Amino acid sequence: MKMETLPTTAETGLQSQPKQRQPRDWAKWWTLSPVTLWMTCFFLIPLLLILLVSFFTRSSFGGIEMPLTIENYTRFFDSLYIKILWVSCLLSLATTLLCLVFGYPFAYIIARSPQRYRNILLFLIIIPFWTNSLIRTYAWILLLRTEGVINTLLINAGIFEQPLTLLYNNFAVLVGLVYTMLPFMVLPLYASIEKLDKSYLEAAADLGAKPWQAFWKITFPLTTPGIVAGSLLVFVPSLGLFFIPDLMGGSKSVLIGNLIKNQFLTARDWPFGSAVSIILMALTLLCIVAYMRTTNDKQGKELL
Amino acid sequence: MRLSLGRKAALFYAFLIYLFLYAPIAILITYSFNQSKLNAVWTGFTFDWYVRLFQNGEVLEAAKTTLVVALMSTIAATVIGTLAAVGMYRYKFRGKTALDSMLYLPLVIPEIVMGISLLALFSQIKIPLGYFTLIAAHITFSIPYIVVVVRARLDGFDRSLEEAAMDLGATPWQTFVKVTLPVIAPGVVAGALLAFTLSIDDVIISFFVAGPGSTTLPLKIFSMIKFGVTPEINALSTLMLIVTLIVVIIAERLRMNKNV
Repeated sequence: MKMETLPTTAETGLQSQPKQRQPRDWAKWWTLSPVTLWMTCFFLIPLLLILLVSFFTRSSFGGIEMPLTIENYTRFFDSLYIKILWVSCLLSLATTLLCLVFGYPFAYIIARSPQRYRNILLFLIIIPFWTNSLIRTYAWILLLRTEGVINTLLINAGIFEQPLTLLYNNFAVLVGLVYTMLPFMVLPLYASIEKLDKSYLEAAADLGAKPWQAFWKITFPLTTPGIVAGSLLVFVPSLGLFFIPDLMGGSKSVLIGNLIKNQFLTARDWPFGSAVSIILMALTLLCIVAYMRTTNDKQGKELL
Repeated sequence: MRLSLGRKAALFYAFLIYLFLYAPIAILITYSFNQSKLNAVWTGFTFDWYVRLFQNGEVLEAAKTTLVVALMSTIAATVIGTLAAVGMYRYKFRGKTALDSMLYLPLVIPEIVMGISLLALFSQIKIPLGYFTLIAAHITFSIPYIVVVVRARLDGFDRSLEEAAMDLGATPWQTFVKVTLPVIAPGVVAGALLAFTLSIDDVIISFFVAGPGSTTLPLKIFSMIKFGVTPEINALSTLMLIVTLIVVIIAERLRMNKNV
């Protein structure tokens, strides 16, 4: 008797009550566990790993060894490295400002263009956005180098006799960075300008505001989310783009991205390279928090 | 009159920015057909540099690596990313915010940090750098993009359709294949295409996780540029630009169709 009732309760237990839930839980598990597992193994753990490595000591063979130390961090605050960070930040800031100054009117013009042209104009921004930034950098080398297009044109036109040194200096790096990052500024700006309700501007005009007043009092404040998002999308990646200073900068222009790269590949000082990466990460997160505070965009939706 | 002048100025300004964006690329493409090897003077039209490219064993090898890595990583990232987007759209669960940030962070932190952290991981667990590490890294940076694109597609999706299918007795898998997937398919394809371009164009992360026998095309271009400007680089860059352009056109068409 008992032997027979046990399986039936087990059966009903398995089939009637969880029937509603089990397939759903199963689906939930299958949709979410691959991504969780993958991103944990290949994103989260590696980040934690460099956090850990940054507290180790460099061994004489370029590996890592005990004892644990904070020397990698204190070393960064030496004048030499702080100067690199400072120059990097200045260059990225200059890039951001130039992208904003040139990008804002541009995004505004596109957002206010007739509907039928707008998609194609926008598409012309999206193409460079997705195009290989290395190739785009190389295109500028082609233009700026000593035997390059610009120098050849200038000399053939008789304007200069000697070629100008346009490449291998901070100016070239700045040109390369602005060129690469401009689409990243324009797209979020466009999105926020396009969303702007035109009736505010009409109301301002009706109430006697001059166009520039309307711009500073209405358009500009209401498009701040786009400005901040664009600035973040330009500022952060430009700190890490090591190949632009590598290819377009002079031997002196070592930036934070190059410093990290060199620590890992040339100097083989992984603990110090990791510490610099963590500092760069912290700087980035600081920018993101500042972004979320200023725009109330809790999920960072404007950024995507 | 004043307004039309302002409009003209605006159009001229936009034109200048487009010129700034496109002139260097146009010049690059033009010079890939120039006979002169050394300087920027136009000496005549030629296909020579393209022919040489296809005779260059290292370039062909790099092209093969690039394609294999891009295909494998795109397929894997699309499957994982699409499932994730559907799961995150459908369910509320503990740790959702954490998963959200784990998918969001890779999009905003500098790529170099991801590159060196993966290098640190692979060297600590003694996985030799090569195809596997490249593919794994590319899957990792592609997943967040796919999730974003597919979720954007799901945003306009009426959940009651799924619920109706379930109420009528469909299993979650049947619901997914017959109801959800057809709706998000354009988003999935667009996401996959974007992952594909990201993969074939990636420089920074690949730079750290590629081994000696697994150089991708952008890495090959990077080392070629370091040796100097050559017409072969122009030709190779032009071909890569064309591939990117085709993929982006298809992807954008799919994305624009959302409202139809």
